[in-house]
Amino acid sequence: MTIHEIEDRIVEEFSQFEDWMDKYNYLIEMGKDLPKIDEKYKTDQYLISGCQSRVWLHAEYRDDKVLFTADSDAVITKGIVTLLIRVLSGQAAETIIQSELKFIDQIGLKEHLSPTRSNGLTSMVKQMKLFALAFKTRNQSN
Amino acid sequence: MLDPLKIRRDFPILERQVYGRPLVYFDNAATTQKPRQVIEAISDYYQTYNSNIHRGVHYLSQQATQAHENARARIRKFLNARESHEIIFTRGTTEAINLIAASFGKAFIRPGDVIMVSELEHHSNIVPWQLLCEDRGAELRVIPIDDQGEILMDVYRELLDERVKLVAVTHVSNALGTVVPVEEIIRLAHLNGSPVLVDGAQAVAHFPVDVQAMDADFYCFSGHKIFGPMGIGVLYGKTDWLEKMPPYQGGGEMISEVSFERTTYNELPFKFEAGTPSVSDTIGLDAALAYLEQTGLEEVRAYEHQLLMHLLMRLSEISFIRILGHPRRQSGVVSFLPGDIHPYDMGTILDKLGFALRTGNHCAQPLMNHFGIQGTIRASLAFYNTVEEIDRLAEAIRRTEIMFR
Repeated sequence: MTIHEIEDRIVEEFSQFEDWMDKYNYLIEMGKDLPKIDEKYKTDQYLISGCQSRVWLHAEYRDDKVLFTADSDAVITKGIVTLLIRVLSGQAAETIIQSELKFIDQIGLKEHLSPTRSNGLTSMVKQMKLFALAFKTRNQSN
Repeated sequence: MLDPLKIRRDFPILERQVYGRPLVYFDNAATTQKPRQVIEAISDYYQTYNSNIHRGVHYLSQQATQAHENARARIRKFLNARESHEIIFTRGTTEAINLIAASFGKAFIRPGDVIMVSELEHHSNIVPWQLLCEDRGAELRVIPIDDQGEILMDVYRELLDERVKLVAVTHVSNALGTVVPVEEIIRLAHLNGSPVLVDGAQAVAHFPVDVQAMDADFYCFSGHKIFGPMGIGVLYGKTDWLEKMPPYQGGGEMISEVSFERTTYNELPFKFEAGTPSVSDTIGLDAALAYLEQTGLEEVRAYEHQLLMHLLMRLSEISFIRILGHPRRQSGVVSFLPGDIHPYDMGTILDKLGFALRTGNHCAQPLMNHFGIQGTIRASLAFYNTVEEIDRLAEAIRRTEIMFR
């Protein structure tokens, strides 16, 4: 599926909830499906700065695709990371670099996230793109 | 007895809703809300007598100068300082501490000297000293605390030696609410010949402060944490020290005579107030202090003590809540951990329920390290909070916990 298709699907999933509390409950549930990062990567090196809760993000490159795993010590953050991974993991490096994610706004989460958390979200996306860029660069030089 | 409902009517922001729910504002340690008397004083200044102060011969300038200096006079009385010239306007507590670090540091700190802070400090009372120590080849020494959140006084006594040239401690911990026994800290420091700076940012809005009685050499606070505007702060310094210290910044206001060969500095307090001051903010702060005076700080203290006890009781009734620190004397602030739930998760949901709380390390990372945690949820009180708000918070915490099971 393309990034847009996955985004649309997430937006559809969230559209069934009218109450913000149900939305958050869904997000919390979703966090449980997060592709967990290998414990050995839960170090400062893989820690994303800019989040009040801690988020560790790891990426690998397989069959021309970037695969992400992550973890967080906060459950809501886990849910958000899960969504980001659903959208971006398994895509080509160039696609990730070029992507402009709209679903966060569309599912009405961004307006509910505090600025610090929003920044954390921004840092997460930025870090995912940086990983993609690194793989792309390495690929070209090979 | 203080009537919180009457007080609430003076704070327009407390009537607003967030996410369609009534706002419950428990983030007073970060900043306090402003009564309309403060908002109106600032508005009145800009609408009727805005002008630059101290040098104008014209009517408006004299009126603004008078108001600005009245504010200084009120602050002198508020802190019970001896002289009005011992009151210096800054942008806030942080700038006041930086002023001392720069100016006192330049005059008195030499290689090998020691500056002491406590483990309770806000980053603002750590980093300026680190910068100074780096610059002067001096050493930062830390007074440890126990798990109740109390400064270990016997260790402090041992750490005081002839190398200690300044002790900088908070009056009230912004993260735990510990009321530090500054009188005793100052007494011991003075026996050792060391002056003391007290960071009063979390104290002044909650109980009366008397700088002469405690014998502080320097005392500072921020206007915005005492129902006044942001961007204004106060540094109190004993005349003797201030006279011996060089200017902090150069510019207008702080000079007496300027030539390219030599400049002489203005007298206190203007020596430390370069540039046009934030006149609207000093006037706003004046109005805030007038409001507090009228309410009575002893009444505020008594009422807030009831609130704090109620908050501690309600929180301790919730089985999964762990309250951080149990100081003998506590003021305004309670930090807690919601069991296995990340403070940030709970803070996010509580926000949606209308509660303004703070989550995180509260700009006191060394303190969080002491407890081996990343952060807490902090509820911090002011005299416009009510027992009902605390009950609602306890109920909301219980509801929120269910979401994360």
